Amino acid sequence: MQTTQQNFEYAASIESTDVVKISAKNKLFINGQFVAPSSNKYFASINPATEEKLSEIAEANHKDVDKAVKAARKAYTQTWSKISGKERGRYLFKIARLIQERAREFAVLETLDNGKPIRESRDVDIPLVAAHFFYYAGWADKLHYAVPGCGQSSGLSGRQKAPSPLGVIGQIIPWNFPLLMAAWKIAPALACGNTLVLKPAESTSLSCLLLAEILQEAGLPDGVVNIVTGAGETGAALVAHEGVNKISFTGSTEVGRLILKSVANTNKKLTLELGGKSAHIIYEDAAQDQAIEGVINGIFFNQGHVCCAGSRLLLEESIAEVFVDKLKARMEKLRVGNPLDKNTDIGAINSLTEHQKIKKLIDTGKTEDGEFFEPSRFALPTKGYFHKPCFFNKVSSAFTLSRVEVFGPVLTISTFRTAQEAINKANDTPYGLAAGVWSEKGSKIHKTAQGLKAGVIWANTYNKFDPSSPFGGYNESGWGREGGRHGLLPYLAV
Amino acid sequence: MRTISLQKENGSRQALLAVAVDEVGVNERADFFTKRSVKKDSKLTALYLALSMCDLTTLEGSDTPGRIQQLCAKARQPVPSLLIENLLQKKNLAPIPSVAAVCVYPLMVPVAAKALAGSGIGIASVATAFPSGQAPLEIKTKDTLFAIENGATEIDMVINRGAFLSGRYQEVFDEIIAIKRICSQAGSKVHLKVILETGELGSFDRVRLASDIAIEAGADFIKTSTGKITPAATLPVTLVMLHAIADHYKRTGNKIGMKPAGGIRNAKQALHYLCMVKETLGDDWLNPELFRFGASALVNDLLKQIYKELTGQYYYDKIFSLD
Repeated sequence: MQTTQQNFEYAASIESTDVVKISAKNKLFINGQFVAPSSNKYFASINPATEEKLSEIAEANHKDVDKAVKAARKAYTQTWSKISGKERGRYLFKIARLIQERAREFAVLETLDNGKPIRESRDVDIPLVAAHFFYYAGWADKLHYAVPGCGQSSGLSGRQKAPSPLGVIGQIIPWNFPLLMAAWKIAPALACGNTLVLKPAESTSLSCLLLAEILQEAGLPDGVVNIVTGAGETGAALVAHEGVNKISFTGSTEVGRLILKSVANTNKKLTLELGGKSAHIIYEDAAQDQAIEGVINGIFFNQGHVCCAGSRLLLEESIAEVFVDKLKARMEKLRVGNPLDKNTDIGAINSLTEHQKIKKLIDTGKTEDGEFFEPSRFALPTKGYFHKPCFFNKVSSAFTLSRVEVFGPVLTISTFRTAQEAINKANDTPYGLAAGVWSEKGSKIHKTAQGLKAGVIWANTYNKFDPSSPFGGYNESGWGREGGRHGLLPYLAV
Repeated sequence: MRTISLQKENGSRQALLAVAVDEVGVNERADFFTKRSVKKDSKLTALYLALSMCDLTTLEGSDTPGRIQQLCAKARQPVPSLLIENLLQKKNLAPIPSVAAVCVYPLMVPVAAKALAGSGIGIASVATAFPSGQAPLEIKTKDTLFAIENGATEIDMVINRGAFLSGRYQEVFDEIIAIKRICSQAGSKVHLKVILETGELGSFDRVRLASDIAIEAGADFIKTSTGKITPAATLPVTLVMLHAIADHYKRTGNKIGMKPAGGIRNAKQALHYLCMVKETLGDDWLNPELFRFGASALVNDLLKQIYKELTGQYYYDKIFSLD
């Protein structure tokens, strides 16, 4: 007699990996062709959930970067700057549609390479990638409306000419949202009429290389987009290359500083989208059960590898105890494990390096301050770089974890008494990327939002992204905006 | 933050905090539970469980003793034994469970009591001038008393929405207490389910407030709907009520039951509810003592899906009786 005595548990539902074909060796994408790196060196790409090697990735050196930049320049002068905005838009629309058609393939590949749960790559990453291309496809022939009064009037029609592109863009992206970050960079750059060289993060190159196939399929002219894979040195070569008109970087503040130094005294433009230590403010009159979901989504979405993660929870003191209890109960229900399982809420940390970095920071946190909590009811898989979601309660603003970006599933909790104190605490950080405010009182939300020094402020929700809203930060979170009309400006000579 | 003041039976006053609910957040969270994977063994377990949680219901003006007898027979044995016995034996599975209760009007309680005698199946009766609740308290108490005296083991009462929507919360509270008193007098065996009729309340904030009032007044279960109003039970509204139950449990250690009713027509929907209960209240609530479905059409779809899990194919619908 089985059935009636069994507990009701979910069935593992593992997404099939048959849809993706990963070649054993991945080359560079230069001038519309896949070419071997001049060094003939390759490095391994690891599946963080199994610690197994997925594939080998070409390592681009300064010669390859030079080839890519030259290809981009040639494409810029010979084709891309000659065609109309409408035609550029048509390519972008086609790319968006092709991504949608192969969405499942992209989602599975992203999960294999990055470690994020298939639920997120399927429902968040890939749909947003397509949405971003669609959105900027629409802008390509409307740039004179985006920046009115910028170009000259063209003859009798009196119609404004579109503002000019910058030329060749060097773009460097991180590993947390590999394809989405590529879309954030590529779509506006192309819509504005630039050509580009993109360097994905060394641990997550595969989805960008699949995107290269899509670009070929869409018939994008050779050299308009070039993809050079590799680690820091490849990135440094790109940043230092004289033929690049602009660098657009998303990644850590540390690397952002190096890039800033490198482009100083050059004619290159620069946008930086860097780290964060975003505050999540919960007032006592908030809808608590929904705020709990907001907090969970804010810090544990994508294993906490989110630059705008709500990593500092600020609770009004009157509700702190009840709220923390609710948060603990909710965290016990999180499902950490195989990212390919549709039931998984939290997947694998992207790399061993990151895993060790997170552990080290937690150890530091334990020596300093606060009450540590992690769920006890589930165990982690024995293989793979998994980490339990956790928090430090009653943490002082002076201690390490309140100030340093962990970039992992680690939350700090502290309390405040008044709205002004909440604002002061939220702004007490070198960063300023995002913030969340929860209250059922509209006026309180507006007042708080006005006081916050953060690029994105979410009210009664968190981590909501849309191609039409600009994203970017204050202070050490970087400069420039991506997304929306604002996201066009860094790619135009205005 | 708004509080309402309620006077208890012993004359003391109690402040009840009106808990805020964010509608967008609730809808988003509820949708999440439709994406969990329930298949194969997990699905069969869930289907059995859902069937054992059903309150098989008929609440029509046209209900007759003949109709109630048919329904009760179905409650005892939802599926013809010949059809499925061999299959179950072959797979070493437990017999198909009976439903938890039948749910009928007070006048039909005597018939149901006779038909279900000795079966262990509950006899739930809607009382208190169901479905509108627009009658004097005296009538409501008599209605309840009649049902209990004739064998009802569970009372499904409606709250006074007229009073609730005009802000007379004390009246709503007092009525539930009055009905609860009758249920308790009969011996603690009569369970009280309080129907909020969420489709008439207009907001999740009010659903939450009505849930808290009902729980404070002594409800054993809170129930979404009469089934006579659209929308009836939905995942989001049930989630709001589950949160009220969770908070009460955290405060007092008492477990209140939940019954979504109306609009749950197929097995897939029922499984979404089970996932939501599992992740919101926990496995402790996954039994007929603390969770019920108010349904009629659902039972046949559960049977159909059980048959499919056992054989790998659907049987055509006519094999299961309509009742």
